[in-house]
Amino acid sequence: MTVTQQNDQDMAEALCERVRQAHRDKTPLKIVGGDTKAFYGHGVEGETLSTLEHRGIRYYDPVELIVSVRAGTPLTELEAALDAEGQMLGFEPPHFGDTATVGGTIATGLSGPRRPWAGAARDFVLGTRVMTCEGKELRFGGEVMKNVAGYDLSRLMTGAQGTLGLITEVSLKVLPKPGARHSLRLEMPLQEALEKLAEWGRQPLPLTAAAWHEGSLYLRLEGGPSSVAATRERLGGDDLDDTFWLELREQRLTFFSGDDSRPLWRLSLPNHTPELPLEGDTFYDWAGAQRWLRSSASVDAIRDVATRAGGHATCYTPCEEGGSIEPFTPLAPVVAKYHRNLKAELDPHGIFNPGRLYAEF
Amino acid sequence: MNILYDARLDGELPDNDKQQVLATLSQALPGMTLLHREEDLRPFECDGLSAYRVLPMLVALPDTLDQVETLLKTCHSLGVPVVTRGAGTGLSGGALPLEQGVLLVMSRFKQILEVDPEARIARVQPGVRNLAISEAAAPYGLYYAPDPSSQIACSIGGNVAENAGGVHCLKYGLTVHNVLEVEVITIEGDRMTLGSEAFDSPGFDLLALFTGSEGMLGVVTEVTVKLLPKPETAKVLMASFDDVEKAGKAVGDIIAAGIIPGGLEMMDKLAIQAAEDFVKAGYPTDAEAILLCELDGVEADVDDDCDTVRRVLEATGATEIRQARDDAERAKFWAGRKNAFPAVGRMSPDYYCMDGTIPRRELPRVLKGIAALSEESGLPVANVFHAGDGNMHPLILFDANKPGELELAEEVGGKILELCVEAGGSITGEHGVGREKINQMCAQFQPDEITAFHAVKAAFDKHGLLNPGKNIPTLQRCAEFGAMHVHNNELPFPELPRF
Repeated sequence: MTVTQQNDQDMAEALCERVRQAHRDKTPLKIVGGDTKAFYGHGVEGETLSTLEHRGIRYYDPVELIVSVRAGTPLTELEAALDAEGQMLGFEPPHFGDTATVGGTIATGLSGPRRPWAGAARDFVLGTRVMTCEGKELRFGGEVMKNVAGYDLSRLMTGAQGTLGLITEVSLKVLPKPGARHSLRLEMPLQEALEKLAEWGRQPLPLTAAAWHEGSLYLRLEGGPSSVAATRERLGGDDLDDTFWLELREQRLTFFSGDDSRPLWRLSLPNHTPELPLEGDTFYDWAGAQRWLRSSASVDAIRDVATRAGGHATCYTPCEEGGSIEPFTPLAPVVAKYHRNLKAELDPHGIFNPGRLYAEF
Repeated sequence: MNILYDARLDGELPDNDKQQVLATLSQALPGMTLLHREEDLRPFECDGLSAYRVLPMLVALPDTLDQVETLLKTCHSLGVPVVTRGAGTGLSGGALPLEQGVLLVMSRFKQILEVDPEARIARVQPGVRNLAISEAAAPYGLYYAPDPSSQIACSIGGNVAENAGGVHCLKYGLTVHNVLEVEVITIEGDRMTLGSEAFDSPGFDLLALFTGSEGMLGVVTEVTVKLLPKPETAKVLMASFDDVEKAGKAVGDIIAAGIIPGGLEMMDKLAIQAAEDFVKAGYPTDAEAILLCELDGVEADVDDDCDTVRRVLEATGATEIRQARDDAERAKFWAGRKNAFPAVGRMSPDYYCMDGTIPRRELPRVLKGIAALSEESGLPVANVFHAGDGNMHPLILFDANKPGELELAEEVGGKILELCVEAGGSITGEHGVGREKINQMCAQFQPDEITAFHAVKAAFDKHGLLNPGKNIPTLQRCAEFGAMHVHNNELPFPELPRF
């Protein structure tokens, strides 16, 4: 089934030509979709290559649980099409603005509150069309649930932020929306909340979001009506408006407001990491595995604590607004070597988003 | 068609003197088991694709990671190819040895290093068996989700290399969805940690790239997996159909009703009869097809879902619907499916198992195509199907002792895979390409795509010493293979020489 919108168009040929030209001239390209996630990573010096006109849902079959979408398609348009069939993107991607595109969503690979239970963006990617630096559109993976032929270049591209190639289309696994949902708030100190979350993690509870801030544990239950009702009864607490999760995902809660001049950090940590000795204010998401930190502590101090806990720290505040000069945790030297090798093999002239992830490539 | 390494099509391999390699490795690794006598090498001559056998030059059985590192470094400097092997249960010949290569056997690394019920992870060495992880996690009410049918024997290192699946993939994912971190060593001897115990890591997703890379990019030396809480309950429904197409439609309708079953399996008449003869699972032998639908989760939801599925099955014209009354009957229903391969094996001296995937809606068309190929070749084909995720396992029955039958079976298999590709699917859903499907890769991918795969390989193994000849065909091979399938009189890869 194809959902055709009036302004759907296939601009692959034009994009090919632009990329070919850039490769010939060795001119760097700055790939831009809806320009909602420019803060995520280094600024790129290069000619702007917009994906916005290459848009449209090329294929959607709710029975197959698969949708194929061109990169420039607005994320809201995709979500509306899925919603109309009672389905959704399982990884609940953040938009960070009305103009967010599907291409940018996959290129940044970010996932929302449901991630620990449902999986990340990369877990739902079944296939991609990727334009190489030579301006050839290649197909990896496909419109099937299982496919282990060849290397998994689709997942390699997910989160690579356009540094290895231009994603022109993506095929995603979609999920049926849960039959029932209930959000609640419990008064609970942090230590107890973390213990409870670990305990609940070993039980088959219909949890799909868990956050903690300033003495409140926020939970979302999703699943069959019977199990949601039973768990609701068991846990009690106050009813919570479901929009809380949207506000959290989009960083519109007071915690994220612009009044705070301290840089915003994202700490990604193993399950069951205790409270960390870090100066500042922390908001716990992903049952504690993703923590938002407002802190004026030094970059080294934050990274050191995160790394010692088995995780890593990303700075969400751009460098020019007081954030870290290196937004992403530096790679181990040997891992960096293979990153450079990959970049050199797939984009030898460095035309795709040079420096966006790390200055050296 | 013989699939053994062919230097003309797969590239020249370095011609090293066995005695010299043996001497150098023995000197560099005095404490490591290094087999070199023919009778010692013999047990390693094949993996699960036993129709093909090659004696490796040497077999290395290291006990420590330092030995693995030194072995790889030494082979790298000597220019000796290395093929890595886990438990040797792979069905696509991914661990088929090379005459000019060292076979690196990881089976001595079989320690479960840590099970952490609080963090819900297990950290294990690569030689640990898949099922052993779930057994170690069971006391905490946890388990490791991917369950390939070889799970009692296959090892987790091989699972990572092949991105192994199982019967619960639609709901719980493949290996790539359930592994958090791997330690690897490259052919240059570089040790890397890919992924982490956190949900993501900075940089490229090399963990995903390594998963399913078939030992072409590095050797997996440690694996950290995610553990899930065991579902509170699991119930299974068995539905019979007088028509395969109706069964296929029922699969789509169940999913359209908003249900993701834990397992959704289909078997056709020949597979049903074979299984019933073998394990007496209580299958209806007069049915054209059966569906097994397992629903798992919280008791109350599972009961609701069972009702919904029952209604869907009735509406699609199931001739009989039975729900397993207890765990014993549930196990019996599954026993038939899980033993389908050996059951078919009893009916025929040999069988050849395929692993194509298709969009589910294409099932009727592909099944018809398979039936036509079966009739044309005279070789019976039994169909076992992970219906929920579109992964087919047609089993081609043949007798290798009859001249030409193996070749015929392979030819039919190849055509079935090409049928899957034409239907928008893939040549392999979970068994991997290995050596077995190396030619069909040319049907699934364009030369530019294959070139991109070679570029990825070069980033990790510039000289192509890890598992040469597997997974990704050379363009040379595709030219030769393509020449046998000329469409519209257009010769693919006109620029390449032909043999």
